[in-house]
Amino acid sequence: MPVRRSWARAYNGRMNTNTSLRHAKLFSAASVLMVALLSVAPSHAADEQPVPDTLQQRIATCTACHGVNGEGSPGSGYFPRLAGKPAAYLARQMQDFQNGLRKYAPMEYTVRQLSPAYMREIAEYFAAQEVPYEHSPLPPVSPATLARGEQLVEKGDPERKIPACASCHGSQLTGVEPSIPGLVGLPYDYISAQLGSWRTNTRATVEPDCMSAVANRLSESDITAVAAALASRELPADTHAQPAGSVEPPLPCGVLGAAGGPA
Amino acid sequence: MKWLRWLGLLIVLLVVLALAWFLFGGSGGQPVPRDASSVQADTLNDPALIAKGKYLATIADCAGCHTAQGGVAYAGGRSIVTPFGNIPVPNITPDRETGLGDWSFEDFHQALHSGKGRHGELLYPAFSYTSYTKVNRDDSLAIYAYLQSLEPVHQPTEANSLAFPYKLRNSLKAWRTLYFREGEFKPDPAQSAEWNRGAYLVQGLGHCNECHAARDSLGGTPQDVHLTGGQIPMQNWFAPDLSTQKNGGLEGWSTQDIVDLLKTGQSAKGATFGPMADVVVNSTQYMTDSDLHAIATYLQSLPPRANPGEAARQFNAKALVEQGKKVYAEHCEACHRKDGQGVANVYPPLDGNSSVTEPTGINAIRIVLLGGFAPVTEANPRPYSMPPFAQQLNDDEVSAVISYIRRSWSNQASVIRAEDVSKYRQTPID
Repeated sequence: MPVRRSWARAYNGRMNTNTSLRHAKLFSAASVLMVALLSVAPSHAADEQPVPDTLQQRIATCTACHGVNGEGSPGSGYFPRLAGKPAAYLARQMQDFQNGLRKYAPMEYTVRQLSPAYMREIAEYFAAQEVPYEHSPLPPVSPATLARGEQLVEKGDPERKIPACASCHGSQLTGVEPSIPGLVGLPYDYISAQLGSWRTNTRATVEPDCMSAVANRLSESDITAVAAALASRELPADTHAQPAGSVEPPLPCGVLGAAGGPA
Repeated sequence: MKWLRWLGLLIVLLVVLALAWFLFGGSGGQPVPRDASSVQADTLNDPALIAKGKYLATIADCAGCHTAQGGVAYAGGRSIVTPFGNIPVPNITPDRETGLGDWSFEDFHQALHSGKGRHGELLYPAFSYTSYTKVNRDDSLAIYAYLQSLEPVHQPTEANSLAFPYKLRNSLKAWRTLYFREGEFKPDPAQSAEWNRGAYLVQGLGHCNECHAARDSLGGTPQDVHLTGGQIPMQNWFAPDLSTQKNGGLEGWSTQDIVDLLKTGQSAKGATFGPMADVVVNSTQYMTDSDLHAIATYLQSLPPRANPGEAARQFNAKALVEQGKKVYAEHCEACHRKDGQGVANVYPPLDGNSSVTEPTGINAIRIVLLGGFAPVTEANPRPYSMPPFAQQLNDDEVSAVISYIRRSWSNQASVIRAEDVSKYRQTPID
């Protein structure tokens, strides 16, 4: 047991030292430690960045998918772009998720208890973002399909009571303040998925839901055509939404206060 | 021996009759017509009584169940999903045809206190009369007066989709003998008035035990189980132990921590999320300070219990925790900090957080996958949020980082396996 014996010797040796001297030593050691701790504490805190008091920081749960500037996921198109969409439109979408009119579990979960004021603030944040649009890949479609799509975008199909996209979404299809979103610069997959979701009742809004009426009047090939035509459009120089009141919607729309002509 | 055969037949007949009564017999009881009620219409119109009822209905979170997503408050129109089938939630606005318009106070109080409908039919305990039976008659009257003051909404209640034998209401006779003890709250004279108020709120109107205690295979909570924590059936969140239990309970929580959590959704010890975030937003944030303090006083008096959780799984835990430490440094540390203390009033601490150390790990798994906002309350109208990691981290990484936080700092909980994570990848709406 050599180890234990030597430990015991050291212990006994310490016992023989002057106790007041030991206390003084301990005290000075403690003071050195205190000073060290005090000087470490602020520098330790400085290592860790303070949390910015910004909306951007607060909405990390939104930007994780939609991007810090609302750019969405341009590559896959899975998470839609929010940047530059009209604020009232964006706030309405959150409200529709909250009320179960739009169905997508992660969004319903995320916005479920946000207040109208907070949703409005978040909507304004994304509406104010300026992010260049990117062209996303288009599936192979025939020239005839593109032509049909162009016709629906510009003129609609009066026989089937399908209004032109441009009649509500603006002459340049950049949307109209405060509630009508732009359609240019959006991926094919996104547009066709939204039109499809109106038909399967996973996307709806306040009645009368004019887009539901339009989507249900389109045939499946029309959806392909119009999504392809919109996604392949050249972007106008100014991609901002047109001013409020600059279009006369041909259908009554709940989101526009039910203004507009007969269905 | 002919008489023996007759006797045998008689016994069989009696057993069949008894069984038939048990399964199909009425529970007795006729509705009390409103004009025969002991409560006068003038009483019900008293604004002070209605205001009191509004407060009590709010802190009991009646609207939490009796409101559909995007629907009118108290008008029902949704179902409670249970392991036994879906139970539709009735309309409790005073609509005469589809709501409580024809109900007298006597009918209402019988439902709350005895778990019986107007005609004496047994109510399914998705309606938490196991707790509401403790509510006193005065409070019951105030809630009734408030509900009767609402705008009537016409919304019929759908039929339930319960499986046999639960479909037979009389199967509840057996259930009630096992799990239901009818009776108002009896104050404990040995305790302070504040403690008794807290106990009354927690056990009665607050119906905390309906989630914060484990249910058994028949969906009941054994009589002696009180606030020990439990997994909420179908919702798959874990409602933590509310006693002063270490590792998973409220050990170390001050009165102010409990008050803050219920008032603002956040406290120095952790934040609410999932079903409890809804409870804070819709209910507890509106509690008076004295009621919040009473609840805290009561909860702090609950002694820690022997931990019922299973022994920690110790397979290759070291490698898992080491991997988790790396994931933590990359994704979590910036907000929750290296020491797991979070940032006061912004990001909740993970060290000593009962939702990190609760026995199942479900809460931590879901929060890592889903992220989300802290509750929006009057005290915290623009909360910070956590990003969802479902699309960034795979099951191995999630299990590693959760194992790390459950075994770091002062936390001593079991490690989590990748299989545990994959079970909870879907997003809950309810």
